[in-house]
Amino acid sequence: MIEIKHITKRFGKLTALDNLDLKLEKGQCIALIGPNGCGKTTLIKSILGMVLPEKGDIIFNGQNIKNNNEYRKHIGYMPQIGRYPENMTIGQVIDMIKGIRNSNEALDNDLYEQFEIGKMLHKKMRTLSGGTTQKVSAVLTFMFRPQVLILDEPTAGLDPVAAEILKEKIIAAKKAGCLILITSHLLSELEGIVSQVIFIQDGKLMLHKTTMELKRDTGKDTIAQSIVHLLKVQTV
Amino acid sequence: MIRILKYVALDILKTKIVIAYTIMLALLSWSAFSLEDNAAKGLVTVLNIVLLTVPLVSVLFATIYVYNSTEFIELLLSHPVKRSMIWKALFTGLSVSMTVAYIVGIGIPLLIFTDLATALIMIVSGSLLSVIFVAIAFLASILTRDKAKGIGISIMLWLYFALLFDGLVLFLFFQFSDYPIEKPIVILSALSPVDLCRILMLLRLDVSAMMGYTGAIFQHFFGNNWGLLLSFSLLTLWVVVPFYFSLRKFNKRDL
Repeated sequence: MIEIKHITKRFGKLTALDNLDLKLEKGQCIALIGPNGCGKTTLIKSILGMVLPEKGDIIFNGQNIKNNNEYRKHIGYMPQIGRYPENMTIGQVIDMIKGIRNSNEALDNDLYEQFEIGKMLHKKMRTLSGGTTQKVSAVLTFMFRPQVLILDEPTAGLDPVAAEILKEKIIAAKKAGCLILITSHLLSELEGIVSQVIFIQDGKLMLHKTTMELKRDTGKDTIAQSIVHLLKVQTV
Repeated sequence: MIRILKYVALDILKTKIVIAYTIMLALLSWSAFSLEDNAAKGLVTVLNIVLLTVPLVSVLFATIYVYNSTEFIELLLSHPVKRSMIWKALFTGLSVSMTVAYIVGIGIPLLIFTDLATALIMIVSGSLLSVIFVAIAFLASILTRDKAKGIGISIMLWLYFALLFDGLVLFLFFQFSDYPIEKPIVILSALSPVDLCRILMLLRLDVSAMMGYTGAIFQHFFGNNWGLLLSFSLLTLWVVVPFYFSLRKFNKRDL
């Protein structure tokens, strides 16, 4: 579904992505793991066309994403830190995105109702707490029933109840056959959701395996333990 | 484009700065026309006000607005929206609101107190001046991510175009007065949109006393219609060129 072919991105002297090659298939829930500053967000932003890599191509459903924007119709993106126009209210932001997407399909209002966004529509974006902003991001991400979900630290800042609701929603989307790309530093949280793991370090792909393979190869019971094991082996 | 433009326009209206700007322009022009005993004198006063304030407000407001739209741009970019459309919508929204403010504030009293042709030329050139400085603001704000720096660049550019440039030309003229430098001076004056606007108006008004030195040469060099046509094309170029470069840079920028 998404093919990433040898992309390289540099920010000045720093190489954020170094000849990265990846293939992401439909129906998979993929965890994107790696230390801070390893290029996870750069990779995600490259897929979204917000960051433009110097070399390489990204193919979405057979189409090169360069100079293309229609493919983003199929993507729901939840940023790490949602930044919204400060003067707009929650209601205005949601209406604006609805207007811009202009989708004829029925909207997915599950999260809207479960997070009780309806009660906060008049609140200005700048007055919102980090968690509430994340809720708005999550609602917008799932609203248009995208085929691909890109979630950058989705549960960071959410309270336990909301995090649980979001997790349920992610699992439901996975069952519905979406491709889900998720980054998180809380490895324990990914347990039971993800089916593949991608490990990136210094912009290079270190590992891309299914969770089963990963656990088998390292002889550990959980993703968290496997990754820690791998990191230790590497440093020795 | 239209859909994005709608939200940009609503947002600009909500800041109320444009409304305050309209009222300020109206107050200035109405008082200028009613205080001076003849319309021509009033017109010169209005012209001087326009040449100073319109570029300043346009360039500053647009620069700050573009910086404040960072979140808006980021939000839209993760949705199926063409990148250049966002930039164009912002530009159109700002240009239209500055132009409407100018036409309502200055245009209406002009139409009442002066003859139609003069009023129209002044309305068109002032509107162009608004759009030119919005375009310059876009260029200034894409050059750096630092808001303070960007606003600094904008103010510098305004100072240069509105105040320094005419002085510079005058200085050059006196320094090289022994040589036939009329032609180079005419070419030089095309390098500042404010001077071009001044020339355009003064060619029409025939008030050589209030003319900048560049204006005097320009009138000598061109006949009325020629000068008019050429200045309008140059002014349009002043809109297109800065905006084109800002758009190119925006399309290649990482967000």
